[in-house]
Amino acid sequence: MTYGGVPRWVAVVAAVGALFVLLPLVAMVTRVNWAEFVPLVTSESSVSALWLSLRTSLAATALCIVLGVPMAIVLARSRFPGQKVLRSLVLLPLVLPPVVGGIALLYTFGRRGLLGQSLDVLGITVAFSTTAVVIAQTFVALPFLVLSLEGALRTVGTRYEAVGATLGAGPTTVLRRITLPLVLPALVSGAVLSFARALGEFGATLTFAGSLQGTTRTLPLEIYLQRETSPDTAVALSLVLVVVAVVVVGLAHQTAAGTYLRGRVTP
Amino acid sequence: MRRLALVGLALALALTGCATQPESAPTASADALSGEITVFAAASLTATFTELAADFEAAHPGTTVALNFAGSSDLVTQITEGAPADVFASADTKNMAKLTDAALNDGEPVEFATNVLDIAVPPGNPAGIETFADLAGPDVALVVCAPAVPCGAAAAAVAEAAGVALTPVSEESSVTDVLGKVTSGEADAGLVYVTDVIAAGDAVEGIEFRESGEAVNTYPIAALADSSAPEVARAFVAFVAGSAGQKVLRSAGFGAP
Repeated sequence: MTYGGVPRWVAVVAAVGALFVLLPLVAMVTRVNWAEFVPLVTSESSVSALWLSLRTSLAATALCIVLGVPMAIVLARSRFPGQKVLRSLVLLPLVLPPVVGGIALLYTFGRRGLLGQSLDVLGITVAFSTTAVVIAQTFVALPFLVLSLEGALRTVGTRYEAVGATLGAGPTTVLRRITLPLVLPALVSGAVLSFARALGEFGATLTFAGSLQGTTRTLPLEIYLQRETSPDTAVALSLVLVVVAVVVVGLAHQTAAGTYLRGRVTP
Repeated sequence: MRRLALVGLALALALTGCATQPESAPTASADALSGEITVFAAASLTATFTELAADFEAAHPGTTVALNFAGSSDLVTQITEGAPADVFASADTKNMAKLTDAALNDGEPVEFATNVLDIAVPPGNPAGIETFADLAGPDVALVVCAPAVPCGAAAAAVAEAAGVALTPVSEESSVTDVLGKVTSGEADAGLVYVTDVIAAGDAVEGIEFRESGEAVNTYPIAALADSSAPEVARAFVAFVAGSAGQKVLRSAGFGAP
């Protein structure tokens, strides 16, 4: 097909790297109490945590798309002073320890926070609500979407957009008919990454949203708590989380590859 | 493996006498003691054990005490999975039992402190909490520990004894998280240990309540069988249980064992 001459030492190091990632997962699987597995993961608290995690992660992903797509477009397609600084700041949640993000969110949306008091006047209480979980997840997941989409926007370039514009299409038409279809695969994979990140969110949620079954206790928080009394449940739920993540990422990879191919053919 | 465990147990039993002997002559043994130990201690002991470790090192110049603080169940998991520790101080007897069941202890655990719950409220007590029953008020945002962790089990026991049905807005995994929600003003009240209220200083106000005596948490400490410096480990246990250690613990709000 193409040049396939990978030096042997590169392959060896790559294999070590793969082992490094896979071995802990294998080790975890060996500790699963299979006899009790089904009762453990179908207990009321487990199901409630899984359901809450899926719901909040989906909501967070939707928010990431709504907010992240315009952010990526502005960062990739326009030039303004301070753009580089802004980009670094927007990507900050990516490198920030989640617990720090949680503290920052607390000081923003908390009862005594920057916006919390105004929200309180409007009758909106974020503290200890499912909304707080979604906010925390969106905060940490947003950079994943912005980053992948912005990269794709830069890679596809502005050639087709310029042609569209010369043929009389307005900026919104260009965006809708040319730009977004071109970067759709990146948008899908970015959304999936965001979803996966939201699903795994722990530190910011714990710090900012609290932990109550059915309201704020997502699967990672449930795992953290179960570890105290029932390590078997913690391991079983960890496996569920891994499987969900693998399935989602796998499916999206397929979809993204599919859209990419189709995208290549149609224009 | 079994045999090793039995030997360990025998050794543990044989050494119990030494561990519980009062630290009668710390200066006399000071020269003899040398080595480095790692102490795994419950998170609620952070301030006191940091102080005690420094005091111990000063009393025995040849020794070094490294500290590792986390939730007791975390620590016990780490130890049973092979983490190199010489002393374990637990915030409850349940987690210490996990250790002794695995025969990882060197000598019987010594109970060295007790702790009771206290109501923590933000400065100014915005929700006007006065009694334990006030916590069940409809507009009170109460935060407690989850029943799975020791402080949550204590909260549940106290609530049952008081006949009050608590409806917390959050059940946290650790007492630190409960305190954080109170100091930030997110919660109107939280159930934490009395030592946490003292350690938090002006960040929270503590409200004592009658029913707290219904759930007294006992802290045990034990030297570990796999210690690389068993003499130092045993001396540290004796130091904590002895008068010097008790003085520090008492001033932090811990009760006598």
